[in-house]
Amino acid sequence: MRMSDRLPVLSIDGLSVRLPTGSDRLHAVDNIALSVGPGEIVCVVGESGSGKSVTAQAVMGLLPRELKADAGNILLEGENILGCSPMQLRRLRGKRMSMIFQEPMTALNPVMTVGSQIAEVLEIHTTLSERERRKRVLDMMSAVHLPEPSRLINAYPHQISGGQRQRIMIASALALDPALLIADEPTTALDVTTQAQILRLIREMQERRGTGVLFITHDFGVVAEIAHRVVVMQAGRVVESGTRDEILQRPKAAYTRMLLAAVPSLDAPDRAPKSGPVALATERLSKTYGLGLGMSHAVRAAENVDLMVRRGETVGIVGESGSGKSTVARCIVRLIQPTSGAIRIGDVDVAQLPESRLRTYRRHVQIVFQDPFRSLNPRRTVGASIIEGPVNFGLGRKQATDRARELMQLVGLPPEALSRYPHQFSGGQRQRIAIARALAMEPQLLIADEAVSALDVSVQAQVLKVLDDVRRRFDLAVLFITHDLRVASQICDRIAVMLRGVIVEQGPTADVFRNPRHEYTRALFDAAPGRMTQFGAFAVST
Amino acid sequence: MTIDALQTESPGVASGSRPAGVWATSVRNRGVVAGALFVLFIAAIGVLAPLLGTLDPAEINPAFRNKKPGMERTMRADDGTETRMVHRFGTDTLGRDVYSRTLYGARVSLLIGVTVAVISVFVGLVVGLIAGYVRWLDGFIMRIMDGLMAIPAILLAMGVVSLTRGAGLLAVIIAIVIPEIPRVVRLVRSIVLSIREEPYVEAAITVGTPTVLLLIRHVLPNTVAPLIVQGTFICASAILIEAILSFLGIGIPSETPTWGNIMAEGRSLFRVYPHNIFYPGVFLALTILAINMLGDGLRDALDPRFAKRL
Repeated sequence: MRMSDRLPVLSIDGLSVRLPTGSDRLHAVDNIALSVGPGEIVCVVGESGSGKSVTAQAVMGLLPRELKADAGNILLEGENILGCSPMQLRRLRGKRMSMIFQEPMTALNPVMTVGSQIAEVLEIHTTLSERERRKRVLDMMSAVHLPEPSRLINAYPHQISGGQRQRIMIASALALDPALLIADEPTTALDVTTQAQILRLIREMQERRGTGVLFITHDFGVVAEIAHRVVVMQAGRVVESGTRDEILQRPKAAYTRMLLAAVPSLDAPDRAPKSGPVALATERLSKTYGLGLGMSHAVRAAENVDLMVRRGETVGIVGESGSGKSTVARCIVRLIQPTSGAIRIGDVDVAQLPESRLRTYRRHVQIVFQDPFRSLNPRRTVGASIIEGPVNFGLGRKQATDRARELMQLVGLPPEALSRYPHQFSGGQRQRIAIARALAMEPQLLIADEAVSALDVSVQAQVLKVLDDVRRRFDLAVLFITHDLRVASQICDRIAVMLRGVIVEQGPTADVFRNPRHEYTRALFDAAPGRMTQFGAFAVST
Repeated sequence: MTIDALQTESPGVASGSRPAGVWATSVRNRGVVAGALFVLFIAAIGVLAPLLGTLDPAEINPAFRNKKPGMERTMRADDGTETRMVHRFGTDTLGRDVYSRTLYGARVSLLIGVTVAVISVFVGLVVGLIAGYVRWLDGFIMRIMDGLMAIPAILLAMGVVSLTRGAGLLAVIIAIVIPEIPRVVRLVRSIVLSIREEPYVEAAITVGTPTVLLLIRHVLPNTVAPLIVQGTFICASAILIEAILSFLGIGIPSETPTWGNIMAEGRSLFRVYPHNIFYPGVFLALTILAINMLGDGLRDALDPRFAKRL
């Protein structure tokens, strides 16, 4: 089926892109070679900073001004893109190659209807009349399975869902049947069930039209779902390339093995039930927004949530965006006040305590946020951030600093780093610092709100290990909030699945993963990318 | 660890979050340097006015009214010694030396500019922090600010000055400060509203940081750069408004030399003796230009997002 005998759609040979002087390395991409045949999906996998997006930008001729391709060829159906003038490039884009982006909201113009954005491509590159264009747009919209195209054609981007926006992007990218489609993390911003639909759609469109696809991703689950061939990149170089099965089952490069081994398995191991004292219990916890004067309708962000976490236990809350899992977390740390229900920390209900009386209980519950770049004050040293809490509660500066040094070691960072500023650390290191800050309060309950979601898979594994270590060491109760089923299966003793503010299913992780009872839970598991593939299984077989 | 260390951050995020070398970037900006040097020059003129060959700016000399610039004059002191001096900028209708008055005028102008900027930034900062952080006070405070903004600045100043009969420096400063405060409050409030959502502020709340400390440690530093910039613009506009008030004859009493007062006196004979308006006008225009250049430059240096857009 694959056409290695025919001319490849895209062939990159010896491409190097220079970084501006003063960067951490010389080249963004260094002497890379890859090709995409007609009707073939080639996945470029790598962690952040590996140069995969720069590769895509180079192909589209969209490199930022500071970056320059200084060696090699990029042949699109035999024509060298690097030698093209801006005018020639403009003619190629849309017609012979096109691109879809990670964030469909920002990639679409918010003040144009989606229909006219698809039509724009036709208007620029074809001589079709307005009526013909409209017909083509409607055809494309039904081809990407958008409901009621004749109604949606006049919708604005904010009026449709994220998945629908990505379908619009795909429709406009494929409107002129380009030979090459570049997809730069097209499903990363989407929920897992939507992601599965979009992957299926890309695959279907590509098979029907014989498009070559250069698919950029960091997610091996997605690779397992969609790739014919895989190119693994690290720090600007191609580490390894081969067919999907070669890479996933018989990886040769140590780096690929390490990446695959770091992908958490979807098989939840059996875990002994924990029997420590109850650290947190919520009863009928609810948060409703928009009950104030003049609000037309109320949004129930969380409704009757019953949760219980024991000391030494990790309880996961799993759900898609908007399911209310973060609302629950923010209620429990009392960043927001719940509308009704009880939050018992030990034997005190903190749900409605006023701020003055709440302060004593704040130290028992600590939270680690998702965004490692914003969760530390950029103007303060890491040490100042860590000792802030203990000093608030009357500990001496000297003692607090000594304790901070111990904690830094505990999370795997040198104690000298206390005097440095957050920007001197990588994302994974910052999350460790955030964990150290939380631990400095000697909490009973630690909430991790998507704490590893923004991290690369190898870094993710390290931070998860730190979390698990400190849980054991301090007999912590951990409430682990995530959208990632793989991570949840590996770290949680019990999980609760949330949908539209309600917990639809709750139980020991292994039970829920093996026999999901609620239909939404089943849909969630079915959508998990690469669920049929056992990543890292090679480690046993070789 | 090794992977972690290898991981590179996207340059956009890193540069935005870095505590910028404010001083270094400011010095590299030409507008900042040129503007600051000129403002210092004017300030030096004001302070050193008695040493720069000036006469008493209030001294009236009926014999030397309305002399053109460059006019020479001989002064005889009580002991009989004679000194010759030149009216570089000419004299006004009362025979006062315009050169001396213009140089002394720099004192009042800069004093008013700086005082108004400092007071309105300080008051606006406190009110803005409260409005941005104490949610239930927000609506109340902001409606008052909206009300203040609805009153024309000049009209308000006229009202305040005429209420405090015998208008002095203080009345003029108060009159100019009041309409500037709402602008600062709005700016500070919008910064507080966006910063209070930052995870690091929420993290500080969860470790039990008292509200006052929270504002000082985590919120306040983010307002410094925009307020420095806003302060320079307020300074420029205060100098202008003072000149306008004095020109209209409702500002500083006319015996005190200010650029507005000098121009006001030259108004009636402008066609015949333009120097009365020309020299203070040039000083006023150049000073405002320099302060605005300083402010624009500081904005570029302190706000990387804005600079990148240019």
